[in-house]
Amino acid sequence: MRKNLFNIPAIVIGFATTFSFLFRKHPTKPYPTRKKQHAPRFHGLHELRRYADGKERCIGCELCQIACPANAITVIGAENHPDDRRSPGERFAARYEIDELRCIFCGLCEEACPTDAIVLTPRFEMSDYRRGSFIYSKDRLLVPPEFGVGTAPDERPGGIPADLGAVTEKKNTVDIQTGYDATWRGSILKTQRKGLAG
Amino acid sequence: MEMVPVWLIVVIKSLIVLLIVITTFAYSMLFERKILGWMQLRPGPDRVGPWGMLQPAADAVKMFFKEDLTPKNADPVVYKIAPFISLITAMGTFAIIPFSESSAGLWSVGNVDAGILYIFALTSISVYGISLAGWASSSKYPLLGAIRSTAQMISYELAMTLSVVGVLIMAGTTSLVGIVHAQYNLWFIAPQFIGFLIYLTTAVAETNRAPFDLVEAETELVGGFHTEYSGLRFGLFFIAEYLNMITVSCLATLLFLGGWSAPLGLTMVPGIIWFLAKAGFFLFIYMWLRGTLPRLRYDRLMAFGWKFLLPVATLNLIVTSAVIALRPV
Repeated sequence: MRKNLFNIPAIVIGFATTFSFLFRKHPTKPYPTRKKQHAPRFHGLHELRRYADGKERCIGCELCQIACPANAITVIGAENHPDDRRSPGERFAARYEIDELRCIFCGLCEEACPTDAIVLTPRFEMSDYRRGSFIYSKDRLLVPPEFGVGTAPDERPGGIPADLGAVTEKKNTVDIQTGYDATWRGSILKTQRKGLAG
Repeated sequence: MEMVPVWLIVVIKSLIVLLIVITTFAYSMLFERKILGWMQLRPGPDRVGPWGMLQPAADAVKMFFKEDLTPKNADPVVYKIAPFISLITAMGTFAIIPFSESSAGLWSVGNVDAGILYIFALTSISVYGISLAGWASSSKYPLLGAIRSTAQMISYELAMTLSVVGVLIMAGTTSLVGIVHAQYNLWFIAPQFIGFLIYLTTAVAETNRAPFDLVEAETELVGGFHTEYSGLRFGLFFIAEYLNMITVSCLATLLFLGGWSAPLGLTMVPGIIWFLAKAGFFLFIYMWLRGTLPRLRYDRLMAFGWKFLLPVATLNLIVTSAVIALRPV
């Protein structure tokens, strides 16, 4: 007979512990329906911002590509055409691609950018069915003009994604159903799902 | 009553009892997962229906549609029969468990004079279900599980039976109804407290529940005796395990907590409620136990059974019989 088999106080303490845990508040957030609020400067999916007049902030300088430690960013710059100026500067990004599977979400691109064009948003739900769909090009990175200019991390309140629309807050969580489908990223998701179903 | 044949009454009673017992199984499984979840600071299953109340139905549908695999080298007949041995012996005990008593009669399918012996006989046979399953799988982990089951269940049954004999001596009968009647004045948990503790411990080992679940032992033996089973046959083992748990809970209620007799003269609450409450309390204890204690090592399990439980149970039996024999009548 070993001593620890009869360590009655330890066993009693063990039973008391598990019993008291029955009534404790558990920290689980029911994720798919309620989302936890993240830190204000959370590093999630990228976004390319605009100026108030609709011009792209990105000037195609490729500094983010150089800064990127994971080689996730590809930028090919081009000269602005005088009749169709895409950005205020001389050049703009003809191609801007981020491989989100390579990205380590360090935020160095954000720091390297001289015009605050590339920012990391708090969005983190990027799962998809094909590898190819993780290469985000300008069509998915750039904020469409009708959805505003995009938000710099410093302007973000409490880490709620700016395009979530009306959010209902309850117990430190944010209801994701509210308004998300009406946003531009929500509409992209919807089209992707439709494409898979069809 | 004359017009209705006896066999029809028995069939109807059996169906009612089976229905209730299967429902109890389904929800005791859900509540076990809930309680274990809460003890580990998780919510437990809460996706299917409100508070996860439809989880058992979802599980049943899942079990139904899973493929029923038979290993290539398995003994096909024994492999297929083994789960039924487990289930039938587990279900058989409910035939004689009296749930309550009213002026109209006893609330049980049948009333056997040697009820306790019948139940112990059936639980002994249930070892076959598990050991045959492990043997017929012709796979090493199920075999190890089967060997453990025979060793563990047989050695703990000894102490279990001895702990119950004390109650039988005090009641002077082996009929479950008679044992409950003998407890109207004083529940046997008071005079037979040591017997009660031994019964509780051995019952856990007898039903292969944590911390005595060496037969399954996920962390060492994959799934123990039911490693190779899938689909509905695995489900049968699962049902059998929970039914055994309900059986030993009912038995503990009948033997030590006075069955359906109300405590403190609270007779306005019907006896069946008392019975269910007491049995439910024991079920909770099993879940609580599983959430608290880690699994025992195999040699310590055997040492505990043979070197501690058996001598103490024997001593308890000797003292009880001496007291009963010397008691002034």
